[in-house]
Amino acid sequence: MDNEKIISEVMGGGLRVLNRIADSPLVERLGLEQRAQRLVYEGAKRAAETAAKAAKRLAPKRSSDRPRRSRKFDLSLSEEQQLMRDTLRRFADDVMQPAAREADDRSAPPDDFLETFSELGAMAMAVPEGLGGAAEQVSAVSQMLIAEDLARGDMGLAYAALSPLSFVNAIVHWGDDQQRARLLPSFLEGETTAASVAVVEPQPLFDPNALRTTVKKRGPDYLLSGEKSMVALADRAKWFLVAAEIPKAGPRFFLVEGDAAGVEVTQEPAMGLGSAGLGRLKLDDVRVARESLLGGAAALKAEGQAAYDDAVNRASIAWGAMALGTSQALLDYAIPYCNDRIAFGEPISHRQAVAFMIADIGIELESMRMLVYRAAGRIDAGLKCRREAYLARTLCSDKAMQIGTNGVQLLGGAGFIKDHPVEIWYRQLRSIAVMDGNLLV
Amino acid sequence: MIYLELSKNLKLVVNQAHQVAKHVFRPISRKYDRAEHEYPKELDLLAALMDGLNAGGGQKGAGIDTLQQGEGTDQGVRNGANMSTCLGMTELCWGDVGLAISIPRQGLGNAAITAVADADQKKRFKGLWAAMAITEPGAGSDSANIRTTARLDGDEWVLDGEKIYVTAGSRADAVVVWATLDRNLGRAAIKSFVVPRDTPGMEVVRLDKKMGIRASDTASITLTDCRIPKENLLGTADIDTKRGFSGVMQTFDNTRPVVAAMGVGVARAALEHTRELLAGEGIEVRYSGSLFTKSAAEAELIRMEAEWEAGRLLMLKAAWMADNAIPNSTEASMSKAKAARVANKITLQCVELCGGLGYSEEDLLEKWARDSKIIDIFEGTQQIQLLIIARRLLGKRSSELR
Repeated sequence: MDNEKIISEVMGGGLRVLNRIADSPLVERLGLEQRAQRLVYEGAKRAAETAAKAAKRLAPKRSSDRPRRSRKFDLSLSEEQQLMRDTLRRFADDVMQPAAREADDRSAPPDDFLETFSELGAMAMAVPEGLGGAAEQVSAVSQMLIAEDLARGDMGLAYAALSPLSFVNAIVHWGDDQQRARLLPSFLEGETTAASVAVVEPQPLFDPNALRTTVKKRGPDYLLSGEKSMVALADRAKWFLVAAEIPKAGPRFFLVEGDAAGVEVTQEPAMGLGSAGLGRLKLDDVRVARESLLGGAAALKAEGQAAYDDAVNRASIAWGAMALGTSQALLDYAIPYCNDRIAFGEPISHRQAVAFMIADIGIELESMRMLVYRAAGRIDAGLKCRREAYLARTLCSDKAMQIGTNGVQLLGGAGFIKDHPVEIWYRQLRSIAVMDGNLLV
Repeated sequence: MIYLELSKNLKLVVNQAHQVAKHVFRPISRKYDRAEHEYPKELDLLAALMDGLNAGGGQKGAGIDTLQQGEGTDQGVRNGANMSTCLGMTELCWGDVGLAISIPRQGLGNAAITAVADADQKKRFKGLWAAMAITEPGAGSDSANIRTTARLDGDEWVLDGEKIYVTAGSRADAVVVWATLDRNLGRAAIKSFVVPRDTPGMEVVRLDKKMGIRASDTASITLTDCRIPKENLLGTADIDTKRGFSGVMQTFDNTRPVVAAMGVGVARAALEHTRELLAGEGIEVRYSGSLFTKSAAEAELIRMEAEWEAGRLLMLKAAWMADNAIPNSTEASMSKAKAARVANKITLQCVELCGGLGYSEEDLLEKWARDSKIIDIFEGTQQIQLLIIARRLLGKRSSELR
């Protein structure tokens, strides 16, 4: 029995009596109100003391070799996260924002973009020291902050930068020793910069738990067939992590080489995110070895399902973080615009109809942020987060687009033409509700 | 480190308040909704109970009278009185909003005293149940426009004016009254005064009949040549036109998250209950798959829950900032705006989802939908919160963005 239950029992009985005493005509008739109050006071005091003692006695003993982790509600970042954040924000402002328009026009990131990004060391932060990286402890919160800050620069380019990172995250989280040894060094050394996760499929009502991409067993190998949509860096990825349905086992991830036979990549122009180099992946009986199942043979059991569920949650957090970054960029852009734009002889921001839209963007952005942060924080604390990640995804799907459309509205005609970045953000923010996969923290 | 869960101590606060809400408030909730203006005598015992819990080291540092901005310390992150009070209020309002704001010695006036009073006043007013009187027939949201006046006559302040919508105004031991020292000097001249209940010249002239929170009394008060000691002015009598409203307004940074908590509590009551009722109809909530392949009812429950979480987390954020001495005016208003509008939407939607049962007095759903409306109005309406937030985000003065 946990502390809370004990305390409930101690208190509950006394409280039920309270109503009866209060309601008693006898107490009133005898003028006993004061004494009844005194009685309740003493009783409550004793109950609280007992409960406090019980809580102390029942507190789990902590092992002395492990320092007690802060278990207080906390919104502050670690020093390391703050440092990373400062670096990435500068990168977003100085490199990504200026490159966003051209990359969107030509539907590809700038040629050296991935190389430049890799110099910031985000990859090393995603891999623990024991596996050759630099992270004392891999953190979903840190990965989420990276996504948020990059998307503040440009969501399409952020998608390009985060795809290899997501691929590496998956290897770190769920790969077996052999897969880690085979793949991680080349990413850490900067040899491989392009890789992607491919979960989303081009069909209405897409559900990552009801994949149409299928797996057949052929001797010691697997055959994958199906279509994957909106895959970043599709024309240059050395590796794809493809989600596919294994009959009876459920959805799992497979490592597929970009040039494997049966893999056909076509450009996939879309409403937004083009600067990530989007492509459609057609898999036609693509033959991969048994060792390509992420997590090895063990993944065929329940732990494989648990890993996939985890990936779905982590995808919700990643895209939620993207929504945060782009929405923040939009708010930061709309504010000076509305302050500078004069109509009827004064800045339009002096009108409540305009100002209230700004306030609402601020409120809903902060709402999204809290839900996304909470889900990521739970992962780092070792807690389940399916509910929290799903609620974050639900809220972001709705509010991100609302912010996007209001952003254009605030600029009016100027928001609709390509002189300003707001129309890019509008098109990108539509993706938040659509992208149920393809990234993960 | 980002960790948005409740600490052990906060869980203890939640649990204690929940016991009160469940065992004391819920059973008498409908009774006092029907018997408007009858004093809920259970509350006196409850006040004694709360004091007892505090003395026994239970709910340490929680309550409206403990609200203040934390002081910077090197001791790391704090989860203090602001968070405890918000979480306690959430639970109590899960039980009953009207009763929760009628607990003796937990009036909004107490928050004002804690925030503004000097050491001597804090001692003198300790244990006092203080209501808050700001609104007047001619000044609501434009509170800088109040007409109640205060003038110094020897050692006494003389108050004259009329106040309405005073929560607990007929029950509290004292009323904290906003009055102006000089109507020509604008908001800087507005000060707050502690007026004990039996002071000659202060009179409760009517109790409003209301749509919701009927367990709580809402009084109209007149002040006619009402004399109080000079020492009952909270803060300083100096009129500093540069600092403006700051003295009286800073209370709101602490109380708005608590009002947000009221919304969070009543909305959770409706949401939980609706979920139970719908479970009986075979509607299960599953946090996976596309929202569009679910039944409309299930999808609606999930959407409402996401919005509710947003209100709750914004409340916790604003309170956490106050506890950690981080300026939180914007966040306090955000929490109040979001939690209140979400609470109203959710409670109304729950009535609709539950049909005739939701609408009937057989159930509490219809009551929660009536109670929730005031939360988006008092302590600054939705629109006032939006104004405050917009001014902050846009960097505008109140003379520019009006």
